[in-house]
Amino acid sequence: MNEREKILDKYSAKVFKNRKDHVVQFDNAGMPKEIAANSRSIPGLMSNRGCCYAGCKGVVLGPLRDVVVLTHGPIGCGFYSWGTRRNKAKSEDGKSYIQYCFSTDMQEADIVFGGEKKLRQAIEEAMELFSPSCIMICSTCPVGLIGDDINAVATWAEEKFNIKCVAYSCEGYKGVSQSAGHHIANNGLMKSIIGTGDAPLTKKYSVNILGEYNIGGDGWETERLLEKIGYEVVSIFTGDGSYEAIKNAHTANLNLVQCHRSINYIAEMMKTKYGIDWFKVNFIGIDETIRSLREIAVYFNDPTLIANTETVIAEELEEVAEAREYYQEKLHGKTAAVFVGGSRSHHYQMLLADFGMKTIIAGYEFAHRDDYEGLEVRPNVKVDADSRNIEELTITPDDKYYHLSIDKERFDALKLTTELEYYKGMFKDMGDGTIAIDDFNHYETEKLLELFHPNIFYSGIKDKYMIQKSGTPSRQMHSYDYSGPYAGFKGAIKFASDTYMSLFTPAWQYITPPWRMQPTLEGKVGGAD
Amino acid sequence: MLDLTPKKIIERTALRINPCKTCQPVGAMYAALGVHRCMPHSHGSQGCCSYHRTFLARHFKEPAIATTSAFTEGTSVFGGGSNVKQSVKNIFEIYDPDIIAVHTTCLSETIGDDLNTYIQQMDIPEGKIVVHTNTPSYAGSHVNGFFNMMCGFIKYLSKATAVKNGKIGIFPGFVNPGDMREMKRLAKLLKTEFIMFPDTSGVLDAPMTGEYEMYPKGGTTISEIVSLGDCEKILALGELTSMEPAIELKRKCEVDFDSLPLPIGIQATDAYVMALSHFSKQEVPAELEEERGQLVDIMMDAHANFDKKSVAIYGDPDTVLGLAAFVLEMGMIPKYLLTGTPNEKFTTKANALFEKFGVTGCKAKANGDLFELHQWIKNDPVDLLLGTTHGKQIAKAEDIPLVRAGFPIIDRYVHSYMPLVGYRGAMRLLELICNALMDRRDRDAKDEDLEMVM
Repeated sequence: MNEREKILDKYSAKVFKNRKDHVVQFDNAGMPKEIAANSRSIPGLMSNRGCCYAGCKGVVLGPLRDVVVLTHGPIGCGFYSWGTRRNKAKSEDGKSYIQYCFSTDMQEADIVFGGEKKLRQAIEEAMELFSPSCIMICSTCPVGLIGDDINAVATWAEEKFNIKCVAYSCEGYKGVSQSAGHHIANNGLMKSIIGTGDAPLTKKYSVNILGEYNIGGDGWETERLLEKIGYEVVSIFTGDGSYEAIKNAHTANLNLVQCHRSINYIAEMMKTKYGIDWFKVNFIGIDETIRSLREIAVYFNDPTLIANTETVIAEELEEVAEAREYYQEKLHGKTAAVFVGGSRSHHYQMLLADFGMKTIIAGYEFAHRDDYEGLEVRPNVKVDADSRNIEELTITPDDKYYHLSIDKERFDALKLTTELEYYKGMFKDMGDGTIAIDDFNHYETEKLLELFHPNIFYSGIKDKYMIQKSGTPSRQMHSYDYSGPYAGFKGAIKFASDTYMSLFTPAWQYITPPWRMQPTLEGKVGGAD
Repeated sequence: MLDLTPKKIIERTALRINPCKTCQPVGAMYAALGVHRCMPHSHGSQGCCSYHRTFLARHFKEPAIATTSAFTEGTSVFGGGSNVKQSVKNIFEIYDPDIIAVHTTCLSETIGDDLNTYIQQMDIPEGKIVVHTNTPSYAGSHVNGFFNMMCGFIKYLSKATAVKNGKIGIFPGFVNPGDMREMKRLAKLLKTEFIMFPDTSGVLDAPMTGEYEMYPKGGTTISEIVSLGDCEKILALGELTSMEPAIELKRKCEVDFDSLPLPIGIQATDAYVMALSHFSKQEVPAELEEERGQLVDIMMDAHANFDKKSVAIYGDPDTVLGLAAFVLEMGMIPKYLLTGTPNEKFTTKANALFEKFGVTGCKAKANGDLFELHQWIKNDPVDLLLGTTHGKQIAKAEDIPLVRAGFPIIDRYVHSYMPLVGYRGAMRLLELICNALMDRRDRDAKDEDLEMVM
């Protein structure tokens, strides 16, 4: 039995039938591998997945700093997603809604008699207190069940207060994971926000950063690098992002996609509607950052920009050279497991490779097959009922704002040599003997620890302490254990330094007390003197 | 920080801002983790379970296990029966607990899932148990969820036989494992035979051994829960938390109960110790009287540093009332008492405390939120904040020291190991409060005023 078979061995026939396709072990380098993904979790298996609301409100909309994101539902959902994701934001005037949690705190009577009245009243109160220019309503489970018409309330609010108000029906039961919520949030932003600003087209080298939520300040570090080279960052989706900026996102000339899973919909729809090309970039990892920066420069094909890019890369590399060498020496050969999100497990493998670490186990909570296998698998993906329930927008080119940055010939040429409008997926970067698991659960995590003994396990807080208790260092890859930024050159060093710290913190030496290693009781044996 | 919070207070009837409560299921999950070899199970969509596990892990810095029925859109239409049945089968097969404690969510409550029937229809392995409780997120708060889960266990399991067990049942309230350990230590000092229910000590403060135990040593055992029905008496600590399950047990097994406040501070601890002493018919040992004397000694020694200082206390109702009673004993003024949990008994009890200690100008509110507390403070400030993590924004905005106490504390370590209850808990609490105020005095002192001796 190989490790994969050992993991699956305990399952009953029914569970085995489902899980076997979610667990892939690479035994032959270069062999294409298929994985089952974006399908229902098995009840009772202790998955790490969240829900549609968490993906929509928690991930994509929550970081918008100038928007009152109003959770329509009982109190829990709003409370849990209040200030817990580390999507940092700083507004120039010091005013930021992300320090606040807004909820309609529905009570039994609202469930029985309907919650629309309370939602309207909550908006009235928010207007009186804060007069925001944009309100976004996010539904939780019971709202969809009792049939509150949140779209009607949003229309009413727009008319009454002359503001932007967008309703998101992101009830927790929709889809199979957070992923459905990302899609719903993408749709809402595309339908109601992007393209509604009237700013003139921006300067030549302008970009949007998509799927960068500024966890621990990653977005700020990415922005710093891009601006240092000479790009204009029009908007960021959505870390430290704002309604004011993203309504003019259509004026940019290129979209950079960091987290493919949560935002590819917008990238693709903006391409159709505005002609804006997109790149799958990755600013996690030194080599990946360099690749991304070079590809963007090649796209715009301006000699000054290309020269600036090389200067900045050289400067940044020089700054981290000594530390990089130090951590390479310390971390080289260590093995890792990476389980997070729908894109990060791939990103972080690349960063680990910068320091000579080998990822032997990887997986995602809520990725789709293309995140594992590459975009080329899309035509083969069977769309099941859960995904079909999420609206697919029909997009047509925009008469006013459609603009191409490069001609078709150049586009086709670049597509051959860069990751322009392509995502290769995680599998192509995974080696012999390694294992990939989709929607991993508590039991499988325990088995992985037992079978592979990774030196460090990067995951989330739900399994962090379990992993640590079993004697393996664990770091949270959702919140970076309250550290970061990990993006770019300096971020890579910060990551390496945090990893080194957790591997070697002195407490590891004290797990076994001395009396377990040597006897403390002294006595006489057999009655001898 | 919180720059958008205006000083002017308008009446809100619909918009909750910066809540001081969360929903029932997380409380139910916590209570179920206090039962030995129990798997808490969330009957709803995956997100609920994920959020609750995350929050418990953040507070305790420990693994918080729980499973979910993983509702989909289809489940929400056709009901969750098949999902919960499938869950239970899988959980027993893969995770092998002795008992599964199911709690509902707003989703399964809204569609009206009937867990009683589902559980009757289940194929439960020999010797294994499934219990449930209803925890609609749209009523009450996490505190209700905690006591509803206790009621669920009692309804399913507790039994009165013809023979009493000679024990007292202790319902500790929604407190930390460190508090439960201290309550048990006091009970042992008074040579009391007891059953603590629930008991998260040894579960959510399990040691580092290099071996992960899915079901650590701690937790009330199933047989102990059964045996609650044969207890001589129940001590229900924290009236707003523990009274409901005590009433439930009385209804089912005719076990009498005494309701006491959480043993925070001198008098509440005295009441707890006296109750134990009455029950065990044992003199209070000298060792414990010494502890009490030490606490009073410290209160006397340090009083000049906190006397008449005003404090805003927020969090769960019984915790806030307990903390308020102790700061009153210290000579402080609990100017604002606030809980997000909707229960008017809180206000009545708070006002009774104000009256008992003869303080005026203090305000108490149930079903409030931290936005409102902040507005009160903007209009009339306090010297100290005492409560959970979520008050740290107010502390920063208004430059007021914050002492953390209660649930949840998601930005500090060790707190869940350290008691607030008992004389030792009071000593610790006094040290935290006194240090916060004295550190502030040092920080703000001009060079010429910095005191070497204080």
